[in-house]
Amino acid sequence: MDFTLKIWRQEGPQEEGRMETYPVTGITHDMSFLEMMDVLNDQLIRDGQDPVAFDHDCREGICGMCSMFINGEAHGPNRKTTTCQLHMRSFKDGETIYIEPWRAAAFPVVKDLAVDRSAFDRIIQSGGYVSVNSSGNPLDANAIPVPKDDADEAFNAATCIGCGACVATCKNASAMLFVSAKVSQFALLPQGQPERMSRVQRMVDQMDKEGFGNCTNTGACEVECPKGISLDNIARMNRDYLKSQVTGE
Amino acid sequence: MTEMPKHSVALDAKIPEGPLADKWTHHKNSIRLVNPANKRLIDVIVVGTGLAGSSAAASLAEMGYNVKAFCFQDSPRRAHSIAAQGGINAAKNYQNDGDSVYRLFYDTIKGGDYRSREANVYRLAEVSANIIDQCVSQGVPFARDYGGLLDNRSFGGVQVSRTFYAKGQTGQQLLLGAYSALSRQISKGKVTMYNRHELMDVVTVDGKARGIIARNLVTGEVERHGAHAVVLCSGGYGNVFYLSTNAMGSNVSAAWKAHKKGAFMANPSYTQIHPTCIPVSGHYQSKLTLMSESLRNDGRIWVPKEQADVDALRNGSMRPTDIPEDRRDYYLERRYPAFGNLVPRDVASRAAKERCDAGFGVNEAGEAVFLDYASAIERYGKTEANVQGIQAPSAEKIRELGEAVVRAKYGNLFQMYEQITADNPYKTPMRIYPAVHYTMGGLWVDYNLQTTIPGLYACGEANFSDHGANRLGASALMQGLADGYFVLPYTIGDYLADDIRTGAISTDAPEFAAAEQAVRDRIAGLLGNNGKTPVDDFHRRLGRIMWNECGMSRNEKGLTQAIADIQDLRAEFEKEVCVPGRPDRFNPELDKAGRVSDLMELGELMCKDALERKESCGGHFREEYQTPEGEALRDDKGHAHVSAWAHTGVPAEATHHKEELTFENVELKTRSYK
Ligand SMILES: Cc1cc2nc3c(=O)[nH]c(=O)nc-3n(C[C@H](O)[C@H](O)[C@H](O)COP(=O)(O)OP(=O)(O)OC[C@H]3O[C@@H](n4cnc5c(N)ncnc54)[C@H](O)[C@@H]3O)c2cc1C
Ligand code: SF4
Ligand code: FES
Repeated sequence: MDFTLKIWRQEGPQEEGRMETYPVTGITHDMSFLEMMDVLNDQLIRDGQDPVAFDHDCREGICGMCSMFINGEAHGPNRKTTTCQLHMRSFKDGETIYIEPWRAAAFPVVKDLAVDRSAFDRIIQSGGYVSVNSSGNPLDANAIPVPKDDADEAFNAATCIGCGACVATCKNASAMLFVSAKVSQFALLPQGQPERMSRVQRMVDQMDKEGFGNCTNTGACEVECPKGISLDNIARMNRDYLKSQVTGE
Repeated sequence: MTEMPKHSVALDAKIPEGPLADKWTHHKNSIRLVNPANKRLIDVIVVGTGLAGSSAAASLAEMGYNVKAFCFQDSPRRAHSIAAQGGINAAKNYQNDGDSVYRLFYDTIKGGDYRSREANVYRLAEVSANIIDQCVSQGVPFARDYGGLLDNRSFGGVQVSRTFYAKGQTGQQLLLGAYSALSRQISKGKVTMYNRHELMDVVTVDGKARGIIARNLVTGEVERHGAHAVVLCSGGYGNVFYLSTNAMGSNVSAAWKAHKKGAFMANPSYTQIHPTCIPVSGHYQSKLTLMSESLRNDGRIWVPKEQADVDALRNGSMRPTDIPEDRRDYYLERRYPAFGNLVPRDVASRAAKERCDAGFGVNEAGEAVFLDYASAIERYGKTEANVQGIQAPSAEKIRELGEAVVRAKYGNLFQMYEQITADNPYKTPMRIYPAVHYTMGGLWVDYNLQTTIPGLYACGEANFSDHGANRLGASALMQGLADGYFVLPYTIGDYLADDIRTGAISTDAPEFAAAEQAVRDRIAGLLGNNGKTPVDDFHRRLGRIMWNECGMSRNEKGLTQAIADIQDLRAEFEKEVCVPGRPDRFNPELDKAGRVSDLMELGELMCKDALERKESCGGHFREEYQTPEGEALRDDKGHAHVSAWAHTGVPAEATHHKEELTFENVELKTRSYK
């Protein structure tokens, strides 16, 4: 298979970027999208040009590192699929493919397709944890039974990989889906109750400070989320947030 | 190359006196402590934020030390531990199936083919139950049964159910738990986090580890960081084989730089080849994907009995489901009736290779076997029909119900398989083949997890400590968290007790300047090279040498040749490699060049180590040493030791040191899973 790639090139955070055109040839349908990018970079290096920088690590959809905006969609055309899990069989031979970085004020470009998502880390640091020390002796793991449905729902929320596709796809660059997934995981578990109200306040405040936009309930994030994180989490977080303000906790 | 080691010194593992079961408690009670006020005067560097690093950094910070943590990814949450699928072991005996600390200890020693240290393994089993308590209290959403209690599954090499899990994303959930503990300490200012930073060298002053040289991967800045102790939690080096289930960035550089500064590498050739991975499909393939061992709980592994059926499968004239039961060879069940599909990984991998080498491989390349869920789907479907009170269910209904159960248990793995292969594993058996997965070898550490460099510690997959010649499934996560939460934070105090009056470590010492200059020179050398060949090309070639000669089976001739080939490759790399871009920019090719350069040196040492070990044990299979049935033949008289290598300049000329292993609590036996 052969493709024409239109790729965003940007030297660094301060420099201006532009779209550049590159042909790639000899791609097979069972290659992953990132393997196709490897082929391109191999060609560029051999031709004495600067290869395209992009983030990736696990290449199996779990680390959340890969982050490409492909043909106008975060992680490309397939649902519940990260960029690294996308295969070239999902594209037509001869197609032109547009590849851009996540675009959001809170995610500045590092180089080309790699962006800085440390804002997500700071949101977790603001309260995305249960305050328990590891040097102590916590309760036996089975001391508090957790209804299976709650445990399963908490797990589903906890499968967020922190990739940022929800932000990239939202016209307001809102981080609500990401934040609500973490808030929900703890809200659904007994261990999360003591700090439930203060946690949601601190995390939402930090989200605002980082410059993410407001949520206007378009639901695009849920559609593009590679892990199928549900909008129900946003509703749950909103309820908790309101409650936390009313109770003034 | 020297044939015999120059001289060999006995290594002291500092194993505490006393009965096995009391050693750890006794040791904890007798080692020196640093009081809370003094901990504030002490800095510790933790390299790596996987399960081992995040848990160590968080725990050290909670105790009061000032911690600097480093990772090369853009966030600590993305460490390779995130990809672990199947589960984590712990001797909780929640299933009341006879599990105990002793049994977990025994299974691990036996699974490791009697090549690990009794005292370490016992301690690991002892703290395992604590890990689960800790994780649950952090809000890790483990799988639960309908009564709300924690659920378990079985893994290979054992006959109890002691594996805790969170669907196929156990590593993710455990790491996010440790990451949240780390984040909490970052927010308190007790941990300073350095994302997108790579360790470039370990700095020793007066023989002690006193800091590191790191490179900011975004700005290219080369930085000096001083500390009273350095803890390496930098993971495994399976990527020396190029294709492996490890993340693309996994590397040996941190451990290797330490090795070059004087830390011994132990058993570097002990590699785990995992039996159930998606087979290789093409030249540009960049990594292999694991299908969790948990799938062997319910899946059955087979190849056809008859060559004609193999041919028909390969040319597409027959589908796997067309082959009747009596023409299938469930070779693990046949060869190992007691453990069946749940034999340990090394045994399962070799058995797959044996069938494929004999011509029964079921894909075009002849390198695949089937992992079949049809009977599990039927079994679960029937049970579910009973539970739901469905009278005389149709075969179709049974299938539907059974598929739903399998989807609930393994859904994400099945989906991953389908995404990669475009085959539906609910309808047709998966094709799988062994792939490099884990490295049991690593930095030699004593009972306190200290390397041979005072003040330099190693935790998690980066050390060699607990798994002998073969690791049991679900035990790496256990070890990483045991080291980080419960072992290192205590044992390091014994060393740091001497440092309460030292004061902050200055990075003006000449040792820091020299190390920094060497790093700058290496970067300039790589970028200024006038070669034409991309780094990946060398990495692929290294991988091919390692897989062919130092992979699932090894022999003297092949290993000797491999050493020569790697030396040639290293020389060619220095001349021919092309590293584009600038030193002061985000430059992933430059990062990769440094890592591949270290992996090549490591590969050479691995071959040397495999050559020295004239026996077969666990994952190390020397063709010269096998039983008539093709099982591994150990030599307990000559090789019941850990090989620890000291760097001398050329990897193949490393000096060989030994730690003799003494077994006081288990009897050395031929491992049998029959
Ligand atoms: C696909 C897969 C599935 C697995 N499933 C299981 C399972 O179900 N159960 C189980 O017990 N085990 C499993 N394992 C094994 C287990 O995941 C690993 O052994 C374990 O997670 C390693 O943890 P770690 O903390 O030692 O290192 P890692 O998680 O590998 O972390 C290494 C850290 O070091 C950092 N680092 C490395 N080099 C440098 C450097 N030079 N400079 C700065 N930072 C550096 C990285 O950034 C990273 O933060 C699996 C492994 C794989 C590959
Ligand atoms: S919610 Fe979904 S899209 Fe957003 S960061 Fe998490 S996994 Fe990515
Ligand atoms: S590279 Fe890890 S999710 Fe894509």
